[in-house]
Amino acid sequence: MTGEPLIELRGLTKTYGSGDAAFMALCGVDLTIQRGEFVAVMGPSGSGKSTLMNLLGCLDSPTSGSYRFKGIEVETLNMDQRSLIRRHALGFIFQGFNLLARTSALENVELPLLYRGYSRKQRHQMAREALASVGIPEKERNTPSELSGGQQQRVAIARAIVTNPDTLFADEPTGNLDSKTTREIMDLLVRLNSERGISILMVTHEDDVAAHARRVIRVSDGLISHDSATSRP
Amino acid sequence: MIFNALLIALREIRRNMTRSFLTVIGIVIGVAAVVTMVTLGRGATEAVKQQISKMGSNLLVLRPGQGWGSWGAPQFSMADVKAIGDQVPGIASIAPFVQTNVPAVYQENDRNTDVQGTTANYFAIANWNIGIGRFFTDAEVAEAAPVCVIGETIRKELFGEGVDPVGCKIRARTVSLEVVGVTALKGQGGFGDDMDDNIITPYTTVLRRLTGRGNGQNINQVMISGKEGYPSANIVADVSLLMRERRNLTGNEDNNFNVFDSLQLADVISSSTKVMTSLLGAVAGVSLLVGGIGIMNIMLVSVTERTREIGIRLAIGARAREVLLQFLVEAVTLSCVGGVTGIIFAYGLCSVLAEVVGAPFLFDPKINLIAFVFSAAIGILFGFMPARRAASLDPIEALRHE
Repeated sequence: MTGEPLIELRGLTKTYGSGDAAFMALCGVDLTIQRGEFVAVMGPSGSGKSTLMNLLGCLDSPTSGSYRFKGIEVETLNMDQRSLIRRHALGFIFQGFNLLARTSALENVELPLLYRGYSRKQRHQMAREALASVGIPEKERNTPSELSGGQQQRVAIARAIVTNPDTLFADEPTGNLDSKTTREIMDLLVRLNSERGISILMVTHEDDVAAHARRVIRVSDGLISHDSATSRP
Repeated sequence: MIFNALLIALREIRRNMTRSFLTVIGIVIGVAAVVTMVTLGRGATEAVKQQISKMGSNLLVLRPGQGWGSWGAPQFSMADVKAIGDQVPGIASIAPFVQTNVPAVYQENDRNTDVQGTTANYFAIANWNIGIGRFFTDAEVAEAAPVCVIGETIRKELFGEGVDPVGCKIRARTVSLEVVGVTALKGQGGFGDDMDDNIITPYTTVLRRLTGRGNGQNINQVMISGKEGYPSANIVADVSLLMRERRNLTGNEDNNFNVFDSLQLADVISSSTKVMTSLLGAVAGVSLLVGGIGIMNIMLVSVTERTREIGIRLAIGARAREVLLQFLVEAVTLSCVGGVTGIIFAYGLCSVLAEVVGAPFLFDPKINLIAFVFSAAIGILFGFMPARRAASLDPIEALRHE
């Protein structure tokens, strides 16, 4: 198993609509990502990078082609089975944080654990550890509206990593943050990647954010146009 | 999974107290209305039955004329009483009844009251119980003994509360009556009258000593009690037939007497209160239905409002059926909480209103259980559509929702 790549795409296509109105968002993508990689996905809007990320994140299923995630053929799975992959192996971070309003940081971080059926004690312990590892252990009682943008994104990252996922999907994680906070969040992601070995796939528009990754993929017109390693600053 | 859904649902309810409160209030009002209406209705029916049974169970009264207050119609004789008692089947007991209004005096106290003359049978027929002393006997009736049994009101007015009047003598006009007993308290009658404001003596004593018509031809009414389970309508028919015969009424002459049937009256009154109860219950039921639609409405709105929340839940690995269950459990929890709150409200409302209406407060566990189960069912019924809508959301679309 260890030799198997984390993600393996072969001829992946995704078509929206049908007939004359059909629009091909992905036109046969081949891509292999190994465990522990930190990949930035870049591209103009409409290039198909969001579609690619949705497919990789098991939120959507492809029209054709194959997608193997840790050897599992995701394209054959139904919605519930894809939910279970997300629950057990993936973590998500969003541009808009997407925390539950009027809900304490601790309860937000606990949320994925609820669906995994942990006991109350385990949930609290794991959520506290996750909050500590993103550097805001003292904010567990605060609701999102009482936190700054950077703190909210830290809570969101804590929620994403609390289940110890193999892979983190980050959709423009710093899009709503100022440059100082952006650096802090990116340092946190880099640390999670190097210390915990969590694979990270990150969509971004900004080159200096992408520079934190070790590999940059550029998508245009439904195909991968560039795929290159970066030298970290 | 159910436990988890309950936990998640309870958290969501707690986080949105205002929304939850508004959702619940319709159910609270609906359940409270239904339970209050039905409980009060049953109390009213029971009150009517109790008051009629105070007059005497299976009581029939033969009265002169048609209906109330027919002056001039011929009265009855002891021969009529005996004939009815001997010839009409289904009669448990029969007693003559004469009544006259006299001032009763004891020492410096006096009171105008009804003196009722009858036989010893009357006490059982009219459901009298003895409080102190004894009833008078048939032997005392035969010799027109100057004895009497008094009601609580008379005891209070003439002797004072708690005084034992047995052995004392009351003067009624020129006659001195020895008190032999006090009847147990009956309270207010079905028509708001005081049933304890009377003096009961042998009818012979009234006719010979008080009114001076000792020939036994001036019986005002005949009190009859039917046997348990014997149809009272048959007794009414037989008594009417016998009386027509005795009075030589021909085919097209109207009865110059009438037979009042307490059982029939009770049936009529209680069936009309039952109709009222079901009518009011139905109206209240509509408000419960409206409460259910309120739940559906707010749950549907909340699915739209909470689209992003649902998207987050789906993205972090909630399955569609878990989201469905969460929303369903939220709706059912809200409506059950509404149901219980409604029942508690109804309890308070009933205990206050029962006092006002003067009906006994009968808390019926059955109607409460029905109301609770019904409110839970409303939660499932009206919560299902919003829940299914929530569960069928596409996680990508839901996350993008603003």
